[in-house]
Amino acid sequence: MRFARRMRYTFIACAALLIAACASKNPDQVTLKFWTIGREGEVVQQLLPGFLKTHPNVRIDIQQIPLTAAHEKLLTAFAGDALPDMAQLGNTWIPEFVSVGALESLQSNVEKSTVIDAKDYFPGIWDTNVIDGTLYGVPWYVDTRLIFYRTDLLADAGFPNPPNTWDEWAKQMAAVKAKVGKDKFAVFFPLNEFEPLLNLGLQQTDPLLKDNDTRGNFQSPGFRHSMEFYEQAFRNNWAPKMSNTELPNIWDELARGFVTFYVNGPWNIGEFQRREPDLKGRWGTAPLPGQNGPGGGAAGGSSFVIFHNSKNKQIAWELTEYLSAIPQQQKFYELTGDLPPARSAWNAPILANDEYVKAFRTQLELVKATPKVPEWERITDQLWHAQERVARGGEPIDQALRELDTATDKILEKRRWMLEQKAAP
Amino acid sequence: MKQRLPAILVNGALVIAAMLTIFPLLWMVSVSFMHPGEASAFPPPLLPAKATWDNYHELFARAGMGRNLLNSLAIATALTLLSLAFNLSAGYAFAKLHFPGRDKLFQYLLGALVIPAQVAMIPLFLMMKSMHLVNTYGGVILPTVASVFGIFLVRQYARSIPDDLLEAARLDGAGEFYIFSRIVLPLLKPIVVTLAIFTFLASWNDFMWPLIVLSDQEWQTAPVAIASLSREHVQDNELMMAGSVVTILPVLILFLVLQRHYIQGLLLGSVKG
Amino acid sequence: MTESGKAWTFLSPALLIIGLFFFVPVLAAFVLSLTDFDLYALADIHNLRFVGFANYLDALQTSLFWKSLVNTLYFVVVGVPLSIAASLGAAMLLNSPLAKLKGTFRTALFAPVVTTVVAVAVIWRYLLHTRYGFINYALIHLGIHSVDWLGDPHWSMPAIILFAVWKNFGYNMIILLAGLQGIPPDLYEAARIDGASAWAQFRHITLPSLRPVLLLVSIITVAGYFQLFAEPYVMTRGDPLQSTVSVLYYMYEEGFKWWSLGRASAIAFILFAITLIATRILLWIGRRGEADA
Repeated sequence: MRFARRMRYTFIACAALLIAACASKNPDQVTLKFWTIGREGEVVQQLLPGFLKTHPNVRIDIQQIPLTAAHEKLLTAFAGDALPDMAQLGNTWIPEFVSVGALESLQSNVEKSTVIDAKDYFPGIWDTNVIDGTLYGVPWYVDTRLIFYRTDLLADAGFPNPPNTWDEWAKQMAAVKAKVGKDKFAVFFPLNEFEPLLNLGLQQTDPLLKDNDTRGNFQSPGFRHSMEFYEQAFRNNWAPKMSNTELPNIWDELARGFVTFYVNGPWNIGEFQRREPDLKGRWGTAPLPGQNGPGGGAAGGSSFVIFHNSKNKQIAWELTEYLSAIPQQQKFYELTGDLPPARSAWNAPILANDEYVKAFRTQLELVKATPKVPEWERITDQLWHAQERVARGGEPIDQALRELDTATDKILEKRRWMLEQKAAP
Repeated sequence: MKQRLPAILVNGALVIAAMLTIFPLLWMVSVSFMHPGEASAFPPPLLPAKATWDNYHELFARAGMGRNLLNSLAIATALTLLSLAFNLSAGYAFAKLHFPGRDKLFQYLLGALVIPAQVAMIPLFLMMKSMHLVNTYGGVILPTVASVFGIFLVRQYARSIPDDLLEAARLDGAGEFYIFSRIVLPLLKPIVVTLAIFTFLASWNDFMWPLIVLSDQEWQTAPVAIASLSREHVQDNELMMAGSVVTILPVLILFLVLQRHYIQGLLLGSVKG
Repeated sequence: MTESGKAWTFLSPALLIIGLFFFVPVLAAFVLSLTDFDLYALADIHNLRFVGFANYLDALQTSLFWKSLVNTLYFVVVGVPLSIAASLGAAMLLNSPLAKLKGTFRTALFAPVVTTVVAVAVIWRYLLHTRYGFINYALIHLGIHSVDWLGDPHWSMPAIILFAVWKNFGYNMIILLAGLQGIPPDLYEAARIDGASAWAQFRHITLPSLRPVLLLVSIITVAGYFQLFAEPYVMTRGDPLQSTVSVLYYMYEEGFKWWSLGRASAIAFILFAITLIATRILLWIGRRGEADA
C-alpha cells in the first residue's frame, strides 16, 4: 500500500509541475517567438533593449537552432503547425518556404516603410528575397565568400598581389605549394563544404539549371570549367583532403602557414584579429578571382521572414524594421562581424576604414542569386557529394557531372510535373 | 602459485573489462569539471587541473538544460504511471481471463514486435498534428502509453498466479475489479516495480520520437536537447560532457538502486519466454 | 457481464492505444509509401500523386539507398558476432567460480546499457578524436599509429561498431549468464575427469547447452542492430563520404529533412521486410541445429 501511496503523491507532484509550467501567462503581454540559426541569436539579444523600450508589453522569446538541424526543424515545425512568429532564414531557403505557403509577403510593408529603402540594398542580395515578383524577406546580413590569404607567404612565392583571374590563382597556388613543400598546402577547400565549388560555379555565365529551372545544367562547359579548376587544386595537392571538422582551428593553421589561401566568409575577419593578433600586416582579403577578372560569387546571407500563420505579424514587422534600421545594422556588424545588407550602413567609420572589409564591398556589388527553386537545398546536397567524390575519392569529372545532372533531374521531376499541370488548359 | 593463477587471470580480466567499460563514463564526469578547451590537448588529460562548476552553470543558466530535464522527468513519470494502468490490466486479462481467440490475439500482438517503430512514425506525426499534440507532452506520451512488450511481461508473470485463488474470490461474490485491485495487484508487485523501471528508463532515454514531435526547445527532453547542443557546440566538449552527465546520472542512479528488479525483468522477458 | 465482456473491459484501453497509435499508422505508412507525398503535397494535398510501387523501385535504383543498406549490413554482420562474443566472454568470466565481487563487476559491465545513447555518443565522439582522443593516445602508446576514426571512411563504421558493442554487450551478458547458470556443473565435472581441455569443454558442453539462448540473443541483437540510427545521427551525421548512413538514417533524412514522406515510408517498409527475412533465416538455422543435435 505504501507503494501505491507513493505513486499517488508522485502523480500529484507531476501534475502540479505541469500546471505551474503552463500557468505563467500574463494576458496583456505579447510573446513574440523568434527563431535564429547559429550565433546571431546569442548576439541579437543585445540589440533588443531599444525595441523593448518602445514596446513595453512585448516579450521576445529567442530560440537558437544549430545550422545542421535547422532545415529539418523548420520544415517539421511547418508540418506540425508549430512555427514561430518570425525567423532568421537563409536566403537560399526562401523559395522552398514560399512554395509551401509558409511565408507572409512583405511587399506592401516595405513599400510603406520609412525605415527600409529597397534601393539602398545590394541588388543581388535583395533579389534573393523576391520570388515571382513578390518580396518575402528583408535581408538581415549578407555573406559571400572570398579569399583570405597570407600576404607574406604569397610574396615569398613571388607574387606581391592577390590573383584576379583563375589562371593567375592557379599559378600562384602552384608556386606557393612548390615553396612550402609536402606537409603544407596552398589553399584550404574543406571537403564537407560545397560553397567554394558553388561560388566558382556562379562566376561563369552558364546557368546552373536550365529549361526554366527544371533540369540540371552541370555538364555545361562553364560549370565543367569550374569543376576542373576545383579538382586540379586537389589533384596537384594544393589543397589538403580534409573536412572542416578535421581542421577545427583554421586561424591557427593559417597563422602557422599550413595553408596560404582560405575561401570563407566575413566573420573570419573578426576571428583572425582576435585570435592571431601577431599576424597583423601579414594577411589580407581579396575578391574571388573569376574567369576573366574579379568574379563575384554567391549572394549569401540571412533574411528576416514572418510566417503566414503568425498571430503577431504587426509586431514581428516592427521588430524587423527596428533591426533593419541603419544604426542597428551597424551595431550588429560591430557585435558579430556579419556584413550589413544596405549600402548606407557601410558609411560607418568602422566599416569604411577597415582594409579587410573593402574586398567584400567590391564583391557584394557583383553577387548572384542561386536558382530559386524549392529543391535547391537538395541539389546543393548533391553538389556537396559530387565534389567530395571528385576531390577525396578521385572520381572522374565527367562521371561526377553526369551523375550530378541525373540526380538533379530526378529531384526536379515533381517540379516539371507541376509546371506541366499549370500549363495544361 | 599455480593454484592461484587461474583466479588471478579471471579476476584480472574482470577488472580490466570493468575498467574499460566504466572509463568513458568516469572521463565524462572528469571533463565536465574542466575549463573550456582544457580537454583539447595532447596528451589528453585525465583529471582537471582545477575543477570548476562553470560548465554546469552555463548548461543551466544559458542552455536552459534545467527545463529539458524537467520535461524528461515529467514525461517519464507520467508515462510510467499511465502505462502501468494500461499494461497491467491488459496483461492480467491475457493471463487469467478467458475469451474466445485470446491466445491467437496475443500471438498477433507479439508479431507486432517485429515491426520497427519507425515505420509508424511518419503517419503518427501527421496524426499528432491533426490532434494538435505536436510540441506537447501528450504527443510524446499518448502513442506509447500501452506497449506490447509491457503486456507481454505482465502476462508472463501473471500466469503464475494460482487460478484457485481467483476462483475462490469469485465464488465469494467478489467483482472482477475488486479481484484485480485487491488480490492480483499485490501479487504482481515485483513485476509492477520492474515494469515501472523499464518504462521510466526507456522513456527517459527515448530519442527518435521526441526528436520528431518536440520542436520547441522549451519542450524538448534532455536527450533531444543534448543532440541539439552537440551539433551547435561542436568545440565545447566540456559543456557537452556536463550535459551528458546530467542526462545520464538520474537513470544511472535509478538503475543502481533498483538493479535487482531491472535484471529480473530482463530475464523474465527473454529467457523464460 | 459475461467473462468475455469482463476480459474486454480490461483489454480495450491498451488495445485501443496500440491499435490507434501503432497499427493504424503502420497501415497508413503503407498507403503513404504508394504515393509521392512531398513538400508540395504538404502545402496542398492536390499535389499528391498515387504512384503504386514506384517509390520502392526508385529506392532500389538509388545508389545512396544501396550504400545505406551495405553500411547497415556491415554493421550487423560484424557488430552482432562481436557483441555476442563480448557478452559471452563477460558472462563466462562472471560465471566462473573463481570470480570475486561478482555483483560489483556485473553492475560495472552492465552500466552502459542504461545510459542514454545520445549522451554517450557525445563522449565517444570525443574519445575517438584523431588528435585529442584517448583511443588514439592508447594506440600510440602501444606502438600503433593513430587512426582517423571519424574522418576516414574506412574506419568510421568500425568506430560506430566499437561504440555499439560497448553500449550493448551488457544486455546479452545478463541473458547468457542466466543460460550458463542453467548448465549442470556435473557435466563439466565428468568432462574434466575424462581429461577434456577447457576449450573442448567449451565446444562440447557450453555451446550446445547455450544454443537456444544464443539463438534468442542473436535474433534480438540482429533485429536491434538493423535499426541503427542514433549513433550516426549524433556522431557522424552519415559522414564521411556517407559511410555511416544507415537505412534508418537515410529514411529519417528523406522523411524529415526533405519531407519526401512517400519515399521515406517505402524505405521503412523495405527495412522491415529485410529485418523479417533476416530473423526468419536465423530461426530456420536455429531449428535446423536443434534437429541435428
